Amino acid sequence: MGVLLRKNAIVILGCVELMLNSVNLLLAAFSAYKGNGDGQLLVFFIMVVAAAEVAVGLAIIAMLYRNTRSVDVSIFNKLRG
Amino acid sequence: MDQFLFFLVAFLAVASAVYFVFARNPLYAILSLIVTMFSIAGMYVLLNAQFLAIIQIIVYAGAIMVLFLYILMMLNLNKGDESKKNNTLKFVGVFTAGLLLVGVLGVFRGVQDKHIVVENVDRGIGLTKNLGRLLFNEYVLPFELASILILAGIVGAVLIGKKDL
Repeated sequence: MGVLLRKNAIVILGCVELMLNSVNLLLAAFSAYKGNGDGQLLVFFIMVVAAAEVAVGLAIIAMLYRNTRSVDVSIFNKLRG
Repeated sequence: MDQFLFFLVAFLAVASAVYFVFARNPLYAILSLIVTMFSIAGMYVLLNAQFLAIIQIIVYAGAIMVLFLYILMMLNLNKGDESKKNNTLKFVGVFTAGLLLVGVLGVFRGVQDKHIVVENVDRGIGLTKNLGRLLFNEYVLPFELASILILAGIVGAVLIGKKDL
C-alpha cells in the first residue's frame, strides 16, 4: 500500500523492505510450527537478497538525486515513451 | 506471560509500521521503521528462532537502517511536503490493501472453527547449531551463490554511486 501511496523514493524502498519482513515473519512462524529448519534458512537467504537490493537501490537513488536534485518519483518519468 | 509479550510486540510492530507508511517526514518514518525491525526481532525470539532474531537486529536494524539514514541525511531533504499522487493510484493502493485484509480475515474465520493440533515438534530447530548444520550440509550451494550475489551487489553499488561514470 505504501509503495502505491507515497512519492518519496526512499520511503518506497522502505515499504518494500517492510513487505519482505512480513513474508520473513510468516515463513519463520510456519517453520517453527512445523519443526522444520528449511523455512528459517529461506528467511536467511531473503535477508541476504534484501541487503544487496537495498545497497543497489540506495545507490541508484543517490545518483538520481545528484542528477535531478529530488527523490520524487513523479519526475523520474524520463523513460516514458 | 508469553501471550501478553506477543500482543505487546505485535501491537508495537503494527503501530510503527502504520506510522512509517503515513508519516510526512521521511526521517521520522525511517526511525519508526527501526522500531518495527526490533519488534519483529522480538517476535523471532518468541518463536524460539534465536538465530533469526540476532540476524534481524544485526542486518536490518543495524546495517540496512543505518544505510537508509545515511542516504537520507546525505541527500538533505528539507522540503517537508511531497506532491500528491493522482487519485486513481491512491484508490488502487487502498483497494489492494483492503482485499488483502479481507483475505486474511477469511483465513482467520476458517481457522477458528477447527481444532488446531499443536504437533509435538522439535523446539530447538531455530538455534544456531541446528540451522548451521542444515546450512552447511544441504544448502551449501545456495550459500555460496548468495556470497556471489553480495559481491555483485557491492560492485554494482560502487559503480552506480561513482561521481563520474
